[in-house]
Amino acid sequence: MGDDRQMKEQRVFDKIIEVKNVTKIFDDTTVIDDLNLSIRRGQFVTLLGPSGCGKTTLLRMIAGFMAPTSGNIYIEGQDVTAMPPYKRPVNTVFQKYALFPHLNVFNNVAYGLKLKKIPSGEKRTKNGVTVDVTRKFTKAEIAEKVNRALKLVGLDDYGHRDVNSLSGGQQQRVAIARALVCEPKVLLLDEPLGALDLKMRKEMQIELMKMHRELGITFIYVTHDQEEALTMSDVVVVLNDGLIQQIGTPKQVYDEPANAFVADFIGESNVISGTMIKDFCVKFLDTEFVCEDKGFAKNEQVDLVVRPEDIKLYPENSDKGQLAGQVLSTVFKGTWYEMEIEANGYEFTVQSTTEAKVGQKVRLAIEPNGIHIMKKLRTVNEFIGEVTGENWVDFCGGSFEINTFVDGVALEKGTSVKVYVPFDAVELTDDEDDGEIGGNVTRSLYKGNYYQVQIYTDTDEDFYIDTTDEWDNDDRVGIKLNKDKIRLEVIAEDESDEA
Amino acid sequence: MSKKIVLVFKWLFLAIVLACIYLPIMLIIVYSFSSERNIGGQNGFGSFTFSLYSRLFSNSSLMEATRNTLIIGVVSALLATFIGTFTAVGLYYMRKGKKTVNFLSQITVVNAEIVTAVGFFLLSIFLRDIVKLPVEKGMAWLIIAHTVITTPYVILTVGPRLNQLNPNLYEAGLDLGAGPMHSLFTVIMPQLIGGMVSGFALAFTLSLDDFVVTNLNKGTNVNTISTFVYANLRRNLDPAIRALSTILFVVVLVVLIVFNIIKRNKEKSASGSK
Repeated sequence: MGDDRQMKEQRVFDKIIEVKNVTKIFDDTTVIDDLNLSIRRGQFVTLLGPSGCGKTTLLRMIAGFMAPTSGNIYIEGQDVTAMPPYKRPVNTVFQKYALFPHLNVFNNVAYGLKLKKIPSGEKRTKNGVTVDVTRKFTKAEIAEKVNRALKLVGLDDYGHRDVNSLSGGQQQRVAIARALVCEPKVLLLDEPLGALDLKMRKEMQIELMKMHRELGITFIYVTHDQEEALTMSDVVVVLNDGLIQQIGTPKQVYDEPANAFVADFIGESNVISGTMIKDFCVKFLDTEFVCEDKGFAKNEQVDLVVRPEDIKLYPENSDKGQLAGQVLSTVFKGTWYEMEIEANGYEFTVQSTTEAKVGQKVRLAIEPNGIHIMKKLRTVNEFIGEVTGENWVDFCGGSFEINTFVDGVALEKGTSVKVYVPFDAVELTDDEDDGEIGGNVTRSLYKGNYYQVQIYTDTDEDFYIDTTDEWDNDDRVGIKLNKDKIRLEVIAEDESDEA
Repeated sequence: MSKKIVLVFKWLFLAIVLACIYLPIMLIIVYSFSSERNIGGQNGFGSFTFSLYSRLFSNSSLMEATRNTLIIGVVSALLATFIGTFTAVGLYYMRKGKKTVNFLSQITVVNAEIVTAVGFFLLSIFLRDIVKLPVEKGMAWLIIAHTVITTPYVILTVGPRLNQLNPNLYEAGLDLGAGPMHSLFTVIMPQLIGGMVSGFALAFTLSLDDFVVTNLNKGTNVNTISTFVYANLRRNLDPAIRALSTILFVVVLVVLIVFNIIKRNKEKSASGSK
């Protein structure tokens, strides 16, 4: 029985951090969108994503520098959502170190210890109530702990040094020592190596991993560097647009990306649109391939990823390989050649130890285990709008003339509607004024024959567009809609409240 | 050849500019050692003497004006430094309306002083006669007025230092277990000391030579150096004022030199340990 309970407690506390339904909205922009995440004790967890994906915001909410707009955060089962940072059992290593310039190395590291109160037994008050007594660390204790922490980060004799006289790498080590000396339950690291040069960064990566192993405390590490994430972590959490795209081991997110975003963001990859013909059979680039995935609907539109190292090349006259292609470029990368090869209108990135010359015709073979099928993130743009008059609908900050007859009945003014805009009903214009609404290009993903471009509108919505043109990120563009292809659907009253 | 001419002109120009700046001050310093009551009298410079300096310390009303000037200057500059620093910190961490408040706080810096002076004059009457508060023009009122005038300058000197700080510094304090106030005093304030000292010096100097606001708000019995000089200009202005001016100039000069030496030593020790 006792064992059982202990086990249960262990299991409950095994989740050292839990993030439940957390949403963060800044000035009408949703940075974190109803996010759920639990982190197990002792793990090295990396929050990975492009800039603006919400990873730093999530870390800052765990640290307590920011309160979620809604939702809760738990540390060891305790709700800490409203707890200020100075009471949380976590410490942070900041991106730009944030050392105290007026203190030397020793006093920087000692800062937290001097404030810390530790239990020193119990005391009986006059009323007979026992209360816990706390005391502060003695000078000798502080000195001992600080020196041990400095030794841990390899700065044994640096205590008396002025922090401004240290190199970037040394300053980062002081910052790590300053956080670790407080013996946090979780160490939060906000792109700690971002300001260091490559060589220094590699060195620190190894040292951080070593520290994590030796100390056994939980690390939550924020980075936009996928290589760093794959190298260091036990678990990688891939974030984009404030949503978790995938949680998994580095191997999982690399080998089995959950969607086109993860596949494209992590490692070199060929992301292609395809159709599931049946289980274990997928068609893309007008060719059927055997694959290892099943459970999709018949003829379901899917994204699929083929890693550059999973494509084998054969001579033009070989009977092997499913696709015929021609080499467009080839670059020697040290141990392999990276080639761009065009086949059926798609430019494959291929890595191979044998070189194919530019212009050479080849056959490309993709084994079933080299194809990974992913659900499409979205197949149609969906927005909430409002009918503002006969054949007029407002959504995404614009007014559009759209047929408002649904099932032969004219919609009344003020009706809330779901607006379905297919990818091919959207046209982009160079000049914002040529479009009906404006937006910024946030992502452009090559999918073979066409690009899938994501546009972020001023009203915090995303448009997905299939286009043959490539658009640069952060370009300001206009959006024009082909009204005939847009479909409306009335939202039931109770549903519209939620939306 | 032409290069040389350019060089000569450069130095000549600089010399003329500097001479124009320092000529009046030099004149005062030289004549502070003169035995003559009036400059440009029959006897010319007269003889070299310290008599004006001893005379200065025996002129009780001039000494009182000096004391008032120093009290108002020090107290208002201290208050302005305190208020200005906290305002700057508050402004720095403000999320919404930061620009507006910043702008509002700086308008009085460019505003014509006479407007502020008349404003304070009217305010004292308004408070006394309409709000019925025991407000009296005089020392206390001058200290308040000078504090109000100089606070924006402190915000102006402390603000830029805050902007240079690592944005995570305050949070680092919180993260390591310091409450908001503790973090503010042990992490942020030490970084601002330089700005606060500059702000204090600026506030003190502004208070020291303020005339417009002071003259309208000093009441009947209070005088500062500037109002004393003005009041006695028509009648016989005590030539001891030349000695007082010299002392003020020298004191400011010494403070400035000491400041720079400290600053240079600090920079040296910071770069020396690299």
